[in-house]
Amino acid sequence: MLDKTPKELYERKALRINPAKTCQPIGAMYAALGIHKCLPHSHGSQGCCSYHRMQLTRHFKDPIMASTSSFTEGACVFGGGSNMKTAVKNIFEIYEPDIIAVHTTCLSETIGDDLKTIIAQSQSIVPEGKHVIHASTPSYVGSHVTGYSNMVKAIVTYLAENTETPNEKINIIPGFVSPGDIREIKKLLQLLGVPFIMMPDTSGVVDAGMTGHYDMYPAGGTKLEDVKDTGNSKHTLALGSFSSEAGAAELDKKCKVPMDTLTMPIGIEAVDRFLMTVCKLTDKEVPYEIEEERTQLVDLMLDSHQYLYGKKVAISGDPDTVISMTEFVVSLGMIPKYIVTGTPGASFEKQIKAILVKAGIEEECKYKASGDLFELHQWIKNEPVDLLVGTTHSKFISRAEDIPLIRFGFPIIDRYAHAYMPTTGYKGAIRIIEMFTNAILDRQDRDCAEEDFEMVM
Amino acid sequence: MKNIVDKALEKYPAKTFKQRKKHIIVKDSENESQDIAANTRTVPGIITNRGCCYAGCKGVVVGPIKDMVHIVHGPIGCSYYAWGTRRNKATAEKEGDTAGENFIEYCFSTDMQESDIVFGGEKKLKLAIKEAMELFNPKAISISATCPVGLIGDDINAVAVQAEKEYGIQVLAFNCEGYKGVSQSAGHHIANNKFIKDVIGKGNKDFSDKKFNINILGEYNIGGDAWEVERVLNKIGYNVIATLTGDGSIERIKNAHKADLNLVQCHRSINYIAEMLEEKYGTPWLKTNFIGIDAFSQTLRDMAIFFDDEELTARTEAVIAEELEAIEGEVEYYSERLSGRTAFLYVGGSRSHHYQNLLSTFGVETILSGYEFAHRDDYEGREVIPFIKPDADSKNIEELKVQKDEKNYRVIISPEKLEELKKVIPLNEYKGLIKDSPEGSIIIDDLNHYETETFIKILKPDMFFSGIKDVFVAKKMGVMAKQLHSYDYSGPYAGFRGAINFARDTDMGVYTPSWKYVTAPWKTEPMIVGNVEEEVASC
Repeated sequence: MLDKTPKELYERKALRINPAKTCQPIGAMYAALGIHKCLPHSHGSQGCCSYHRMQLTRHFKDPIMASTSSFTEGACVFGGGSNMKTAVKNIFEIYEPDIIAVHTTCLSETIGDDLKTIIAQSQSIVPEGKHVIHASTPSYVGSHVTGYSNMVKAIVTYLAENTETPNEKINIIPGFVSPGDIREIKKLLQLLGVPFIMMPDTSGVVDAGMTGHYDMYPAGGTKLEDVKDTGNSKHTLALGSFSSEAGAAELDKKCKVPMDTLTMPIGIEAVDRFLMTVCKLTDKEVPYEIEEERTQLVDLMLDSHQYLYGKKVAISGDPDTVISMTEFVVSLGMIPKYIVTGTPGASFEKQIKAILVKAGIEEECKYKASGDLFELHQWIKNEPVDLLVGTTHSKFISRAEDIPLIRFGFPIIDRYAHAYMPTTGYKGAIRIIEMFTNAILDRQDRDCAEEDFEMVM
Repeated sequence: MKNIVDKALEKYPAKTFKQRKKHIIVKDSENESQDIAANTRTVPGIITNRGCCYAGCKGVVVGPIKDMVHIVHGPIGCSYYAWGTRRNKATAEKEGDTAGENFIEYCFSTDMQESDIVFGGEKKLKLAIKEAMELFNPKAISISATCPVGLIGDDINAVAVQAEKEYGIQVLAFNCEGYKGVSQSAGHHIANNKFIKDVIGKGNKDFSDKKFNINILGEYNIGGDAWEVERVLNKIGYNVIATLTGDGSIERIKNAHKADLNLVQCHRSINYIAEMLEEKYGTPWLKTNFIGIDAFSQTLRDMAIFFDDEELTARTEAVIAEELEAIEGEVEYYSERLSGRTAFLYVGGSRSHHYQNLLSTFGVETILSGYEFAHRDDYEGREVIPFIKPDADSKNIEELKVQKDEKNYRVIISPEKLEELKKVIPLNEYKGLIKDSPEGSIIIDDLNHYETETFIKILKPDMFFSGIKDVFVAKKMGVMAKQLHSYDYSGPYAGFRGAINFARDTDMGVYTPSWKYVTAPWKTEPMIVGNVEEEVASC
């Protein structure tokens, strides 16, 4: 497996190998799916749209809908305006969404299609009460996380309104996480008794159940009136600086809704901070049910510490989730030996560094933004780790080096049920520890001498 | 049935109705020529299943060649989505004493950034090639262009020429920008042209000590299909020089002109090469079908007829008998369990035809079929090729004209014999999907989401074979659905053993007890029995 990867490090400037990121539009498509009765639309050639739908379907094992402008060579020369208008007419008549959320690709961005103007010109074919919005998502900038962020920002730009009728709600932008994660965050807010708007919210859309009939627009997703009402909220919490901050900042700018950026509530400290922030903003107290979950988590951390303490971990994936995971790993007494995201951005390295410095382990760890899995593998070949935490793409390294992989983040395309399960909240942290200890104990059961085989562990 | 089609399309805006209607026909043998519109541009916003030219070139034809470094010149997405997602299996093969190479597990990209779009990406591409050489020292490199490359004017051909000189290896540049043509199909054509121009014919291996030298064209070894086919061919006594391109190797492909016969499995993706190999080197091609027990047996017999060798013919019959005997019981078992059911088949450019035979082996009737991106000849047969009008969207895809290669051209079979053979076996010809489709079945080109949902509701098939974007839609509608691109991570489905794998997987899908639980018990059983009785009594 991966036999061509040499141990000797080699500094690459141009050749990207086995990336730890993908391109913007898929993130925008995912964000748009979090709006109720919204059809994502890809303004480019149709290959992108097919690929993005495929990858999301493979992750969620559920239908993922989106339309495309289906550029031809001619459209590249004359612009994609007429493709877009034809698409808008067809989409509203045939598929009847309430809103079309357009994103772009490297094609329409390179030729410089002016979507604002195209959409303005299309208004006559947009049915009463329906909307067309757009985000610019050039694939040659940032990553899929950037695309998510750009679409969230665009949703705010087009739709959020401050009508000066305060709703006393907290806006939550959950970031690029699974519906299981979003459900868990909503559960915490409900237990706290805090009125909130979760936006975008893919729960009930990409994890819809089996009923025997197909709903093109499932029950889930943030309702349009709630999207608009985000402008009347008293505060916005952006979970994850990379995926959520831009949207929250736009709400602040456009509707004067103050904001805070928090790390994604993955791991004990991040969840503590999340709850403390919400309580301070709303004068609520943490109820017993949540407190009990936390006591269980700490109980578990102490019960299982002998298997985790000092274990070295390589973590790769998207910046916001990797930052939180790094912090959690540290709080378990583990060493986040290598930390990689494919997404560019200086703030990743800054935030990771702060965690490592605080723990006094910066010297022993390597971290990199805009890195890739080829380089991560080379690091591991030079000094191995005990656990890998990453997406499905890490399974090659896992097999090549015989290191257990904890599947975490996006995408996980080779396992089932994960999108139902949270990694957020104390419940999610409990689940992560279960995955960690199961992997380590399975390994011990498999590898130990027969006379060392244990009944109780 | 015709009325059903019109009714199904009622919802379309007038212009879309007019466009889509031409892409749908109902099989009617009374009607001598049934024209279907195909290979035309996709209707924007219609929710097509189609992909792009890059996917057809790099993803399908070029990518499976295992011993090359395939560099995708573009932003990261294109290379990322083609990374491990098409199941073209490959293993490294030893050449003499040197360990073979296999780069299938890797994904290579120039990961273009904003500055590359603004200032051009050639410099980065050159550096990427240099880095690939220093890290891997591969035998050959491919460069595949993506959407922005053509727009900003990067000359990947010039980069390839320069790199060939500098490193002394073959560097193949493919101008397969995603917007070219109207689907994956343009990418096949572009890849075919390059192989004919720059790869096939470069090899000097001598096969004169071997009999029955063949190539397998348009077989991508999904889930090990090519291996299963080769197992049987080798058993009969054939020597496979090259497979294009499943488990393919650049060295083998260079020698492909040495074969006596080309087998064409996927007509759409490889017919250009098949045709040009005949013109340039004199190699005839045979339309084969490895899918389905009867179809595969027929293919093996057709091959024996072509080579006309007593021993080979005897061996062919012996192997067929042996293979059939081994699976006889299973064929019977699955036929009993599956027969009488109906299916929809919607796959890329060839499987919707090939799988009809396999389904009918187990008593399943195909009531709707279609292709994403096939051309009229794949539907109607190659005899319509002279009547296909090229349209504006595909006119920029090069129609390569080849000349007879004076040095390597061979008369393998006399022209008279060839004409005779054409009467009995499908030599240099393909009859298309329509002729083989059941009477009254619906055939749809570029089937979209609306039509999928509508026809499932109207015709209520028992099973739906399509791709990843469709299967969960059908499943949610209560229809058993399986992927016929990825085989739902199973396979092989080709050959005799593959037929049984397919039947086993389909049987699992039909008989999984999970279907019984879709409706919760409280939806069908009265919860408070006493109250109901009381109400009845009071009536």
